[in-house]
Amino acid sequence: MTSALRRLLAFADAPRPRLALAVLLGTATIVFGAGLMATAGYLISRAAEQPPILSLTVAIVAVRFFGIARPVARYLERLVSHDLAFRVLARARVRAYERMEPLAPAGLGGYRHGDLLSRLVADVDALQNLHLRGLLPPLVAAASGAVCVGVTAAFLPAAALALAGGLLAVALVVPLVSGWLTRRTAGRQAPARGVLTSELVELLQAAPELVVYGREEERLARVQAADRDLVRIARRDAFAAGLGDGLQLGLAGATVVGVLWLAVEAHADGRLDRVLIALLALLALASFEAVQPLAGAARELGATLAAGQRVLELVERRSRIVDPDDPSPAPTDPSLVSLEDVRARYGTGEPWVLDGASLCLERGSRVALVGESGAGKTTVTNLLLRFLDPERGRIAIDGRDIRQLRQEDVRSLIAVAGQDAHLFSASIRDNVGLGRPEATGEELERVLRLVGAWDWVRRLPDGWDTPVGEQGRELSGGERQRLCAARALLVRPALLVLDEPTAHLDAQAASALIRDVFAAAGDASVLLITHRPEGLELCDRVVELRHGEIASAE
Amino acid sequence: MRTFDPRLLERASAVRRLLATDVVIGVGTALLVLLQAVLLARIVSHAFHGASPAALRVDLTLLVAVFAGRGVLTWSFEVAGRRAAQSVLSELRLDLVERRLRSQPRSADGAAEGEIVAAAVPGIDGLEAYFGRYLPQLVLACVVPAAVLCLVAAIDLRSALLMLVTLPLVPVFMWLIGRYTEERTRERWLALRLLSSHFLDVVRGLPTLRAFNRARAQVGVISDVGERYRRATMGTLRVGFLSGSVLELAATLGVALVAVTIGVRLVDGGLGLQAGLTVLVLAPELYLPLRQLGTQYHASADGLAVAEGILGLLEAAPAVANSGTLAAPSPESGPVRFEGVSFGYPSRSGLVLDGFELELRAGETVALVGPSGAGKSTVADLLLLLLEPQAGRITVDGVDLGSCRAESWREYVAWVPQRPSILRGSVADNIRLGDVSATDAQVRDAAVLAGADAFVQRLPDGYRTEIGDGGRQLSAGERRRIALARAFVRDAPLVLLDEPTADLDDESAAVVAEAVERLRVGRTLLVVAHRPELVRHADRIVRLEAGRAVAVAEKVAA
Repeated sequence: MTSALRRLLAFADAPRPRLALAVLLGTATIVFGAGLMATAGYLISRAAEQPPILSLTVAIVAVRFFGIARPVARYLERLVSHDLAFRVLARARVRAYERMEPLAPAGLGGYRHGDLLSRLVADVDALQNLHLRGLLPPLVAAASGAVCVGVTAAFLPAAALALAGGLLAVALVVPLVSGWLTRRTAGRQAPARGVLTSELVELLQAAPELVVYGREEERLARVQAADRDLVRIARRDAFAAGLGDGLQLGLAGATVVGVLWLAVEAHADGRLDRVLIALLALLALASFEAVQPLAGAARELGATLAAGQRVLELVERRSRIVDPDDPSPAPTDPSLVSLEDVRARYGTGEPWVLDGASLCLERGSRVALVGESGAGKTTVTNLLLRFLDPERGRIAIDGRDIRQLRQEDVRSLIAVAGQDAHLFSASIRDNVGLGRPEATGEELERVLRLVGAWDWVRRLPDGWDTPVGEQGRELSGGERQRLCAARALLVRPALLVLDEPTAHLDAQAASALIRDVFAAAGDASVLLITHRPEGLELCDRVVELRHGEIASAE
Repeated sequence: MRTFDPRLLERASAVRRLLATDVVIGVGTALLVLLQAVLLARIVSHAFHGASPAALRVDLTLLVAVFAGRGVLTWSFEVAGRRAAQSVLSELRLDLVERRLRSQPRSADGAAEGEIVAAAVPGIDGLEAYFGRYLPQLVLACVVPAAVLCLVAAIDLRSALLMLVTLPLVPVFMWLIGRYTEERTRERWLALRLLSSHFLDVVRGLPTLRAFNRARAQVGVISDVGERYRRATMGTLRVGFLSGSVLELAATLGVALVAVTIGVRLVDGGLGLQAGLTVLVLAPELYLPLRQLGTQYHASADGLAVAEGILGLLEAAPAVANSGTLAAPSPESGPVRFEGVSFGYPSRSGLVLDGFELELRAGETVALVGPSGAGKSTVADLLLLLLEPQAGRITVDGVDLGSCRAESWREYVAWVPQRPSILRGSVADNIRLGDVSATDAQVRDAAVLAGADAFVQRLPDGYRTEIGDGGRQLSAGERRRIALARAFVRDAPLVLLDEPTADLDDESAAVVAEAVERLRVGRTLLVVAHRPELVRHADRIVRLEAGRAVAVAEKVAA
């Protein structure tokens, strides 16, 4: 727990001076609040002795100062702490990205899929609460509690001891007790919620079929049972969860009464001036504001730690794909890209995806790679781009193992388009120009013409400045694929990999797309990875991936 | 955003009980707050005037009891609220589910419903905050300031007047600034969503960025976007935090004002110490409930939104009345006829079907074609009694289906929807959805006929393999074959197939088409389709256009 927190704080660290400023302002807020009540109590007690009014000036000024300074300090504290949270978030994002970058896509493991990726991003976002809701409250509580205890000690050390005891009890004992009480139910509540959610979602999704097949009553009973379970557990949990707040109030009261008792006794013994009794009692009462948010902070910290641990687990992975110390010069205009007896998988203990696969792609050739879904066709793409290294055999460009080249050089020779190519939520121009941002307008126009997208792009009201929407949602499937192909051709690759470019197209559109892209590719080689018949007739060779090996298709 | 939805009162009996409990606890708390101030002031002033500690023992003990009492009331406030939240949400969830199954099996707006239902379980956090914290706070905000003002007025009218002047400033300022910030807050949330989606977009596109050697360059962009967002947001927050600060300023200045005025009057001898201290201790209690109400507001707004979402769904008009009482005739006994059937969805303008006519004769296969959105699936839903015609009627052997019990008719029907649902459970259980009493052998036979046996045999546990959410994921083609197996095992005389080969690759589509061929034997089929391999074998093709059946081709294939 603590080591995870330490690692997380190192990963999402806050600038120290700002953190200190936030703690200072938070402490000031609470101390000023306590000061307001304490000086007001003193002022009234002293006034009851009916001294000359001038002798009260200091107390009056102090009361007014605290009255104005507290909201000001609170306002500044909120600004500084939120600013801090945003800075932490920005850093955490950059760092998470930097660590994930060398892992994508093959090293991301389970995070290769969209919804898990969204969860990862949400987990990174959750780190903004690490300081704001998790770390600041205990720091502020410690500092302001110390000030209140210190001030009390200056007047009556015994009362300071009582106050310190009461504050510590609320800060540590209350969260522990309520944590212990809710531990049993909290652990059962989450699974019960999960069961009910999936029963509900399933029932609603399948409602028409359940009704048609007359099976609705049975499913309804299951939802009712899951609901009963959850309500029963949650009701028991409510009993324990509410206890924390009540206990806090009771403990604070007991402490105040204790301080009051000690003050009264000290006054009776002549150790304490009578005008200080109200001051000490009201100071004690107000100082509990310091520890009040701690129970909530503990919960927040727990949730943030859980999110943080998932992020750490991922970012602490190391990519096994690294550039060689002494890279060979990049081949210019290579004439052959080959897979030689390759065996590959996504991790130790995983099944072999490719096992003895060989494939030669000569300059200018058009080769189709077919195979059932799940046969490992996309793994070939990952190997060619060196997102994944084979465990046996090699991938070579002009006979040179690509592990001897810099990754950047490999990727400027081999470009990919197709189903999984991502279109960013930006303009058409930005998306097509991704690989060569320095490309001129003429070059962009040329590739868009080549892939048969120019007429359509030109007619758009904003031309190529038109945004494509999130993941290219504003475009049709054919348009998306043409833009991806244009983007790949713009970098003038020696080999163009088309990975399932026709996945969401009808037969006619699929044939047209492949014909256009094949023509546009010119003397670059094209590897068409597909499970559909369209375009196969345009290829020089059709090979099939089956049981991890590549063979000529019948 | 309202603070309370009266529909909740009408529907959830737990809410009525809770409100009554809350008012009782609220009044109790207010009394204890007053008692606490009186006792504290009395102890201090007696000690001030030289009372011995022993003489104050009773008062001190009483004060401990008062604090303990407040602790217990706070606890019961929250327990009562949380329990009520659980009961309310449970009641709403079950009402929704029951209603969905009984009167609205085909939802009008599936997407929104899914979101609300997904929120209905975790939404309890918001609802607990609403019932367990916000509502009690609302009661306290009404009761405590009033009680405090009454007591202060009884002790010292001038202080009460002073408080009365500062108190209304609080809500007025809050309202003014709240209104001003609301719009900017919305802008900020929009910015936050944009920021989050930008990062998600970049992370999703990482493989593409790497493939084009552009991944490193994005580091600067991410950092720039974050910085821009921070600046814009801080600009909004500078104003947004003002409302809370003004409220707090009113409270602390109010306390300071009261303290200084009392102090000056004490010097003049116009007021006693005990009275002055009582008023001082009560002064913060006047503002505290209002301030806390403000902090609880946002957390609880989510909870109320969930409840309101469900209430909204519960109030939507039912799609089917299901009031028929007759036993439906079998489709083998006579033709199924759509007679001038019209139907329109409330969410869309115009009619989807407008005087639609169709006859299905026993044993024939009819293909229903037409552009997407023409109403092909609506025809299937009407025939399954998931929807009711708004005009015209559907008859079987001359009997109006509207006058028949829906269950009795559905016994004659099997259905393969376009996106078949897979329930959590084994493959065999999923096929048995068609007929709960089917033996293992019958399940297996149905799977063979549906072309599903081959892939099921390849699964690790065969027919006992767990599928559905959390289990093994099936491809679109595999799901379709499971649904076909359901139809085979049901062995119903009328089968509806909705786009059985859409989105399938050629191989899967061929397997499904063969299975449909086997299904035709001895049954009446209505196939909604546009792929040629299915339409080819139909006895008749009916084209749906502008809500009517238009072109009819008889016997297109031998």
